[in-house]
Amino acid sequence: MTSLELVPLWAGILALGVFMYVLLDGFDLGVGMLFGLRSDPQDRDLMVASVAPVWDFNETWLVLGGVGLMAIFPLAFAIVIPALYFPILVMLLGLVFRGVAFEFREVEGARRWIWDTGFVLGSLAATLMQGVILGNFIQGFEVAGRNFAGSSWDWISPFPLLTGVGLVFGYLLLGATWLVLKTDGELQAWARQMSQRALWGVLAFIVLMSVWTPMSEPRIAERWFSFPNLLWFSPVPVLTAALALTLYRALRSGRELLPFLCAFGLFFLSFTGLVISLWPYIVLPSITLWEAAAEPRAQGFLLVGTMFLLPVILLYVCWSYWVFRGKVRAGHGYHG
Amino acid sequence: MDALLLSRIQFAWVIAWHILLPAFTVGLACYIATLETLWWLKKDDVYRRLSAFWIRIFAVSFGMGVVSGIVMPFQFGTNWSRYIDSTANVVGGLMAYEVLTAFFLEAAFLGVLLFGRKLVPQWAHVFSALMVALGTLLSSFWILAANSWMQTPAGHELIDGRFYTVDMMAVIFTPSFPYRLMHTVVAFMITTGFVVLGVAAGYLLHGRHIVESQVMVKMSLVFLTVMVPLQIVLGDLHGINTLRHQPAKLAAMEGLWESTTHVPLSLFAIPDQQAETNRFELAIPAVGSLYLTHGFDVEVQGLKAFPADERPPVAIVYFAFRVMVGIGLLMLLIVVMGWLAHRRGRLYSAPGFLRLSKWSIPLGFVAVLAGWTVTEVGRQPWVVYGLMRTADAVSPSLQTGDVALSLAAYIVSYLFMFGGGYVLLRRMVQSGPPAAEVAEAQQQSAEAGALARPRRPAGGRRVDAGAAAGLPGAAGPTPAGATAAGAAAAGGSRGVLGGFVDPESRAARPLSAARKPDADRDSRPGSGTEERR
Repeated sequence: MTSLELVPLWAGILALGVFMYVLLDGFDLGVGMLFGLRSDPQDRDLMVASVAPVWDFNETWLVLGGVGLMAIFPLAFAIVIPALYFPILVMLLGLVFRGVAFEFREVEGARRWIWDTGFVLGSLAATLMQGVILGNFIQGFEVAGRNFAGSSWDWISPFPLLTGVGLVFGYLLLGATWLVLKTDGELQAWARQMSQRALWGVLAFIVLMSVWTPMSEPRIAERWFSFPNLLWFSPVPVLTAALALTLYRALRSGRELLPFLCAFGLFFLSFTGLVISLWPYIVLPSITLWEAAAEPRAQGFLLVGTMFLLPVILLYVCWSYWVFRGKVRAGHGYHG
Repeated sequence: MDALLLSRIQFAWVIAWHILLPAFTVGLACYIATLETLWWLKKDDVYRRLSAFWIRIFAVSFGMGVVSGIVMPFQFGTNWSRYIDSTANVVGGLMAYEVLTAFFLEAAFLGVLLFGRKLVPQWAHVFSALMVALGTLLSSFWILAANSWMQTPAGHELIDGRFYTVDMMAVIFTPSFPYRLMHTVVAFMITTGFVVLGVAAGYLLHGRHIVESQVMVKMSLVFLTVMVPLQIVLGDLHGINTLRHQPAKLAAMEGLWESTTHVPLSLFAIPDQQAETNRFELAIPAVGSLYLTHGFDVEVQGLKAFPADERPPVAIVYFAFRVMVGIGLLMLLIVVMGWLAHRRGRLYSAPGFLRLSKWSIPLGFVAVLAGWTVTEVGRQPWVVYGLMRTADAVSPSLQTGDVALSLAAYIVSYLFMFGGGYVLLRRMVQSGPPAAEVAEAQQQSAEAGALARPRRPAGGRRVDAGAAAGLPGAAGPTPAGATAAGAAAAGGSRGVLGGFVDPESRAARPLSAARKPDADRDSRPGSGTEERR
């Protein structure tokens, strides 16, 4: 086995891991932000209960993404992570406060407002920073030799801040459609309303991104608008429009599962678009996946286990979600 | 102060807090799995009550462990990017396997363990408890394999400053790995054992939760009787291993400057790194050789045998080692006292033993931190022992101000988060296990409340919180039960009381019914989800 064969496969596996994270923790974080917009304590408990059994699992995909990048594309890890020093710091601290809130707020006599505030601000900070990280990936990094050559403050610029806001809308959409699926009554009606608002935000952002990136990055314009690529990639925007329309209609017609699946689809298409734009680079503008890859033996060592473990992981995640299927109810039998 | 030193302090800060959680949750996961299995096989309700109690504490601790653990791999990137660029071929795979085999396993089954008792058959709940415990052990395996490779690297070749694997098995099973793995995992188990013992001793001193506490004291004392002496043997073996593979670290542990036979046992000294000597030393001649080499005539290398820039900070290693060993001996003493009390038939009432046990709750944590300090500070100035210096591992783009800012953020956030977590855990311990006597009353009133208002019990959380506020300090079976039952009768059966009410439903029912969750799921109050039909 040579590295030439494994690199695309590994890129695919890592892309899957990152996508799973964005999708799954995306709805957790979205629920976390929506939590701040809802004041009724019972509704808040329901919102937390809808993600409490699964958030830890969902967050684990982030660890897989980070450690996978470290193990398979270490050069990219060694350049990108120091460059994103502060966004990563804020994201991690956001995830810390978001994560402990699930348990802390349930303890008898806890000062719940503190941990609830941490839950909302932590979710918001983590989402915003993940969007900033995404924006920086698209924008690229200053590299000298095998090191990041810029400063720890290069991450602040208009484009990454815009992607940060865009991702907030994206996660809000995932979270709101998740609540449509998991709740009913007044809370569900509210979630429908929030889904629609978030959808408008997401669509505006997708349009803005689709104009901005090709205009600022000639390489990306070339990738999308040259012939025959134009033909191959044209379904992406068409499908996006179709999905958005379906989502809008599903929300109006009282469907419960379909809105979430459509939001899922929108994320999938945006993610695919991103991968198309970046390929074959992992650190724009200079380092390809192949240059960043670990030695073939290390890739092979990890691949053997991954091929066996990833399906097993997917199997028990399905079981876990199956156990907690259906509408979430008050008094969720906590820690019985 | 520069970016390097601040990065080291930051890493020490975030990992020192993090390691406290696995030190507790690895053992606790195993204890919960044991309790769940006993409850399943023996049907004695005390095991279920104990498990329900410890599961809630586990949930809070594990949550803190998860979030502080996510910080760790990113530290390698943010602050130690040169280390990753150099070693990822070797250690990257080990850490990735930790995620794949351990983290997903823990996370998936944790949800079922915490929330799924009424949603899955009992065997599946027991299975989930076992899988969570297995996950924590697998996690220890991989991360200690990665750590051991940094201590005693093997199975690689070094080309142009980057490591390449030659033999993956040799990378995993480095010379120090078996000893470090066993010594660490047993340390984690002992830490949990003393927490369980101390919590139970605290209840017995106040005459609370008698039945539960007796079970806990019995289980933990028997467990510790095996584990503490075993740990002393393992520590000795680990020390001999260190003498062979990391002699400079061992010399620092002993405060030994000159190479010699008949090494003295240094009881106390203040090592002076500059003057290359110990001040105010109190030592017993020749005894050191006895436990270092199991003989007197083998020469042990002193610190002067190594260039000054290849010696670890001696004083830190020297004192941390004494703290760890001292605590180990103190633990042995407590176990012996337990058996002496047992011989007099006063295991559950001897105030001296119980008080000492109660105070011993933090001992394991301190010992784990001290042991970790010995091994990590003792490895300095190397990040990969003998091959790569810590100074060459730091991210080159970092400025002093950057790291000062991030370190300040970590310090403030962690003090806040871990401080809050500590207060809440203490409060949960003070509340104690759910009481058995009031099970039926709670069950009936809760069901009445649930039937009357299937969606939203009136009163809600505020009522529960009010009831709960009365619990600490007065949570003996009778008063707590009265308060809890009162609140339940008032219609509030959510949140805090959910933890009290729901488990009792099983106790109040005939076992045959309790073992068929599907049959009675709908009639349960506070069921997590509703089955789709």
